[in-house]
Amino acid sequence: MNNTTQKNTNPTVLEIKNLVTEFPTRKETFRAVDNVSYSLKAGKTLCVVGESGSGKSVTARSILQILDAPGRIVSGEILLHTQGGKTLKENPIDLVRLKSRSRAIRSIRGREIAMIFQEPMSSLSPIHRIGNQIAEVLQLHEGLSKKQAWARSVILLEQVGIPEPEIAAKRFSFEFSGGMRQRAMIAMALACNPSVLIADEPTTALDVTTQAEVLELIKSIQAERNMAVLFITHDIGVVAQIADEVVVMKKGKVLEKGDVFNIFKNPSHPYTQELISSARELDQPAIQRLEARARQKIGKPILIAENVRKEFVISSGMFGLKAKKVAVGLKDASIELHAGENLGIVGESGSGKTTLARCLQRIYDNTAGKINYTDRNGKSVNLGELKSNQLRPYWRDIRTIFQDPFGSLNPRMTIAKIIGEPMLVSGELSGRELDMRVEELLELVGLPASAAQRYPHAFSGGQRQRVAIARAIGPKPRIIIADEPTSALDLSLRSKTLDLLLTLQDQMDLSFIFVTHDISVVRYFCDRVAVMYKGEIIEVGDSETVCTNPKHLYTQSLLSAVPKPDPMQRSNKRIIYS
Amino acid sequence: MSETSKKVKTQIEAQSKKDNASQWRLMWNSFRQHRLAMFGGIIILLFYTIALFAEFIAPFDPHASTSKNVYHPPQLIKFIDYDDNGSWSYRPHVQLMKLDRDTITLEGKFSPVQGRKVYLKLFTKGDPYKMWGKFNLSRHLIAPVNPDERFYLFGADRLGRDMLSRTIMGTRISMSIGLVGVALSLFIGIILGGISGYYRGVTDTIIQRIIEIMIALPTIPLWLALSAAMPQDWSTTTRYFAITIILSLVGWTELARVVRGRFLTLKSEDFVIAAKLDGGSQWRIIFRHILPSMTSHIIAAVTLAIPAMILAETALSFLGLGLQPPAVSWGVLLLEVQNIRSIAAGPWLFLPGAMVLIAVLSLNFLGDGLRDAADPYARKDH
Repeated sequence: MNNTTQKNTNPTVLEIKNLVTEFPTRKETFRAVDNVSYSLKAGKTLCVVGESGSGKSVTARSILQILDAPGRIVSGEILLHTQGGKTLKENPIDLVRLKSRSRAIRSIRGREIAMIFQEPMSSLSPIHRIGNQIAEVLQLHEGLSKKQAWARSVILLEQVGIPEPEIAAKRFSFEFSGGMRQRAMIAMALACNPSVLIADEPTTALDVTTQAEVLELIKSIQAERNMAVLFITHDIGVVAQIADEVVVMKKGKVLEKGDVFNIFKNPSHPYTQELISSARELDQPAIQRLEARARQKIGKPILIAENVRKEFVISSGMFGLKAKKVAVGLKDASIELHAGENLGIVGESGSGKTTLARCLQRIYDNTAGKINYTDRNGKSVNLGELKSNQLRPYWRDIRTIFQDPFGSLNPRMTIAKIIGEPMLVSGELSGRELDMRVEELLELVGLPASAAQRYPHAFSGGQRQRVAIARAIGPKPRIIIADEPTSALDLSLRSKTLDLLLTLQDQMDLSFIFVTHDISVVRYFCDRVAVMYKGEIIEVGDSETVCTNPKHLYTQSLLSAVPKPDPMQRSNKRIIYS
Repeated sequence: MSETSKKVKTQIEAQSKKDNASQWRLMWNSFRQHRLAMFGGIIILLFYTIALFAEFIAPFDPHASTSKNVYHPPQLIKFIDYDDNGSWSYRPHVQLMKLDRDTITLEGKFSPVQGRKVYLKLFTKGDPYKMWGKFNLSRHLIAPVNPDERFYLFGADRLGRDMLSRTIMGTRISMSIGLVGVALSLFIGIILGGISGYYRGVTDTIIQRIIEIMIALPTIPLWLALSAAMPQDWSTTTRYFAITIILSLVGWTELARVVRGRFLTLKSEDFVIAAKLDGGSQWRIIFRHILPSMTSHIIAAVTLAIPAMILAETALSFLGLGLQPPAVSWGVLLLEVQNIRSIAAGPWLFLPGAMVLIAVLSLNFLGDGLRDAADPYARKDH
């Protein structure tokens, strides 16, 4: 291989020129990629950033000609300047000219240009061993024997940092964790030593700490092999951490491209400015919240959880003869929520944060512990021991906003019916009065009165979440438990939704319990935060203190893994907690 | 009101009217995309119309036999009538045919009688009948101008009865037995499936084991045993209802499973939990939130269950254990083709079988389309 001579230079490996990709349907033609040009250089990372539907993935899929039907490339060139490790100086290969099922493009897929996807579970076959899947690539492209290929795949697994690669190679994809699967995917992509790696949101489905590991892995492999990386993401923080060059896309068009430091320093396009500023805005306390707290101090505790424990029954044993098998979802958690306070619960997936929130509201029955709620008249009740029909009045005081705005609204009811439901079933309002109240609630969350007669499918994610908020505040509650209400939304909508919640808090004397995995949201929205790890609360404190000066080693590792939306803050060493 | 709120409002107001569409509108839109299902739907609609107005549409009394027209072959309707002198006019007719016997072999053979035509007319008087067993009428959709003449579009059977009229009358019983049977199994299925899915636990286990036992029983012997146990002196109507009950006793299991499955998935949906937190009672959650989300799935399941019922009735009647003559169903008509002589003498006696085929296929297409359209909110991108 002669790329040792090119180690310090960065020749252009892949060039996209004026690419146009369309999806023709019977009624109209949708132009998913509109005149896009960018180029990849060896050893450099190009990040394509944009919201969902911006055409960033379609561009990448056009390169390998793996577009979903009926998509097709209409015009433009995709020039590959390298083959088999050699630079093609005179006549590069135009990938657009190759037929999508031809032998020529097949020899380029996986060999010259490899791709990794967002969801490794669906990209890996569940019925073949990991080692065999990697070996198959080697047998096909490199013509190795079965034995040689297996040996190489074990080496590859070792290179991507999978412990005990000989044993891991014999496992199936479902036996791996999310991060491990993504590592295996990367090993498979690297099998033929490609000169270009396309990574399509490879870390979106992963926790922050795992994301940091995978990003580090890609970086180190890139440096080792002088590979060009095309990294597609919607997370501006990730861009700031790994990119050399940035392409900002919206609605199929390139809005801006350039060096990462320049773009973050002086973004020229208003959309880029908004993208960067909304990410930075979230990384500090909301001014609105600080002002409100200066006006009104936080009150006494109104919801106190003492040693709340939740066990999930996995198997009750055949006819009750064997001992029950249980999984502990929550280990003796204790927290307090004060009146007028925003309490954050933060943790990675599986840490028990949603379980805790659901126990507090008795959606789940807690196995042990007390949940003491002090009502408006100062009377205290233990919600943990009430029967479900006794809980109804308390469910009016403690309301919920769900994570998924698509699943939480009944698609067969109009917005007016959805919002009016709690007032109607309690017999509080009906008829004309109820319509008036619904209109008032819609006004409060910034939706027009005409929305009332529509069905949820007519609204976008952000608008639906506003409907969910209107439903939550309908019965004039005191506490709202919000379970990741912003994680399904695009970045630009997140701070707007959070601001709406803060405004409502001011108007209606609300207290929030805010469940999230996103530490920047905590800093913006929450006064205090509880950090959870494996079903336990490991640290509780003032959110600024926890975010800037965490005590527990896990919190430190979590914070160090969060990608900061500033390319100047890259050198921060990551803390690893095991 | 903040700047962003204003923006959101104008955005929403700008959206088109079609966003106001209810779930039925959305279902209809996606159903229309399914060509084969639309086609099946039209055929099924046609069959039920025929079943409803069977006496009027059938040209003759299905029980009237004519000895001279035994095994009369099918005839074609001709619309243009040529005179002897070459001029023509629009007069629908069929060529009259007459039975001749070979003088040596005594084999019967129908041959056209030159120059003799049977003229047909729409909405004319023919054999008298009782519409829906109530009104005495005698007009038919199509009948010979001369009420003493006969024509056979589907041929005639061994007693010279018009097969077309018999097939049309059979449509009524065969198509309705599917509906009635499914209605009954739907009733049992929704109740038991609903209980099973909503209450879970021991109740669920018991109901599921019962369903598994029902499915494991071999159906044909079970039907045979049950129908053999029916007293011979029961009237046609009683027998008809007894047969539907027998068929639905086996048919409910599949529907119960569909209902239970939907209950289990819907119970853990966020919007159902939200309804619970809104303070709704158990009845309200089941009837206002869970059941409306299931109706479309149930309709699809029902459509797919009807063909099984039709086939079961046909099978039972074919074996002579279902409906008995003089009741006419497709299965009863197919009884006629059990011997080789009928096949040799009148292959057109198989036509009721073709009707079964068309009905079952159309119902399956329709059910497929309904099932695909059943959930207009299913996210296609996942």
